[in-house]
Amino acid sequence: MKPVFSKPKALNDAVMHYCPGCGHGVVHRLVGEALDHFDILDRTVGVAPVGCAVLMYDYFNCDIIEAPHGRPPAVATGMKRSRPDLIIFAYQGDGDLASIGLAEIVHAANRGENVTVIFVNNTVYGMTGGQMAPTTLLGQQTTTSPYGRNLNTDGYPIRMAEMLATLEGTSYVARHAIDTPANILRARKSIFRAFEMQVKDMGFSFVELLTTCPTNWGMSSRESIRRIKEELIPYFPLGVFKEKEVADYI
Amino acid sequence: MATIKIERDKCKGCVLCVDVCPYGLICQEKAINDQGYQYVVLEDPDGRCTGCTLCAVVCPDICIEVFK
Repeated sequence: MKPVFSKPKALNDAVMHYCPGCGHGVVHRLVGEALDHFDILDRTVGVAPVGCAVLMYDYFNCDIIEAPHGRPPAVATGMKRSRPDLIIFAYQGDGDLASIGLAEIVHAANRGENVTVIFVNNTVYGMTGGQMAPTTLLGQQTTTSPYGRNLNTDGYPIRMAEMLATLEGTSYVARHAIDTPANILRARKSIFRAFEMQVKDMGFSFVELLTTCPTNWGMSSRESIRRIKEELIPYFPLGVFKEKEVADYI
Repeated sequence: MATIKIERDKCKGCVLCVDVCPYGLICQEKAINDQGYQYVVLEDPDGRCTGCTLCAVVCPDICIEVFK
């Protein structure tokens, strides 16, 4: 019997520290498969966020640099400009990207930096203890919104993919969910496309992934997978929002 | 003839693979592994596993390997 599915070479054998049912592991695998597919592992540098994925240097076999909270797009910009031969990807959560690092992501996208940003949106600050994030849904209970997110005081959840798709500088913007096998395979295709964009010097690529946070949602892994379909996808529609066919700079 | 290999001590018992298996061949054990989680095992005495890889696709801990 031949193996038809095994761990990508870009990931090592360490046991991940993520909670049971957390989507980060799947996203790590998809990124690892993309690095394997394009054979770019030896010239790839990842930028880790502050958040649950802060320890991703333990899991990837490529170089990983740690950026201050919210600043992976700025660090990625610097690395890509000084070493254009390298493949740079930033891996961020929603508290990191949509709140603290909002300026960095918007300007990096607007400048059209030739980097790939993987945005893991689980509608809550995960590592710091389940506080409300800009992407927290209306009515969702978190440790800092114990009565649910209130429209009058907290505003609406922010849709990053749509926002970045309006910028001229972005080349590829998509949103997918990590819930059913079908959606995971679509997300895989999108992440491959995002890395392909960078390999071909096409410019800024951004993939948003809706994932679960069973611990901070206070749900079992089964219930949280159901919540993605019932609550997250209606507010954060899936799809490819922008895809350029030819690069508009160089 | 296909089968899967589950790394027992990496499994965290999230049971997402149990839900997606089309034949319900994966079950959770009562015993716990090194991490303290109730791990899952393949129970396939009749060889019904088709190697569809759905369990491996959803596994967040990448502890399932599929052979065909």
